[in-house]
Amino acid sequence: MSETPSPQARRTPDERAAFKRDLTEVVPHLRAFARGLCGRPDMADDLVQETLLKAWAAQDRFEPGTSMRAWTFVILRNAYLTDMRRNRFRGEYDETVAERILTAPAGQEQPIHLSDIHRALLTLPPERREALLLVGAGGFSYEEAAQICGCAVGTIKSRVGRARAALAAMIEDGSIPERAIGDPNAHRAILEELDDVAAGNGEGLRTR
Amino acid sequence: MTKTDNDEARRRQAESAKGRKTAKSEPGKTPEWTQSLRQLYDSVVEEPLPESFKTLLEKLDKRT
Repeated sequence: MSETPSPQARRTPDERAAFKRDLTEVVPHLRAFARGLCGRPDMADDLVQETLLKAWAAQDRFEPGTSMRAWTFVILRNAYLTDMRRNRFRGEYDETVAERILTAPAGQEQPIHLSDIHRALLTLPPERREALLLVGAGGFSYEEAAQICGCAVGTIKSRVGRARAALAAMIEDGSIPERAIGDPNAHRAILEELDDVAAGNGEGLRTR
Repeated sequence: MTKTDNDEARRRQAESAKGRKTAKSEPGKTPEWTQSLRQLYDSVVEEPLPESFKTLLEKLDKRT
């Protein structure tokens, strides 16, 4: 990678300015996608920073006029998968863990909050979560989502269908994980709360 | 990101531009909670952008 000529050398100043503008505009979307994928806002933002660096370095491979959002989502997704393989987000994707969460005692009837949906989403296997995020949240077509994920359209449709069914089931029988011990995100949140308690800021939490 | 990844992405985009079909959600009913997926996404999109991102992009831009 280091011996490739500087990408900027091939770009006119106008093209470079346009690239930067488009990349800047897409950052909120990258944050939304990353947040949906990995749950923790700080990790999600790290992932976006990494994506921006990679996108910048690869800018001569971006075809002006094509979708910057789709292009950068591919980069973000690859960065995410690489991090996952390095176990950075380990555990969260364990299907056994997800199943255990699903069979946890149902909560009471409550309105569904965004955080409920998010927690439910995080229990899904990553391919389904990703597919549902792209189509159901990001508004990509099945075709675009398939291109981003590098798989067949039928595969995306099936993943989205299964993801929707799983969420619907959780919502219908009230089994959205409340505080999933098996989920490292939730686990970390609990540890953070404990820190707060230890620091003497935990009044509200204890009495709830 | 490898070169192959990028080539892949580019190829896919070219295909996308050609054979583009409009996004369609499934026919029939959409339960109302599906709307909240969209809201979840939009709520992050609408958050004010942390300065760190603008700073990073400025830095990258200046460096080149």
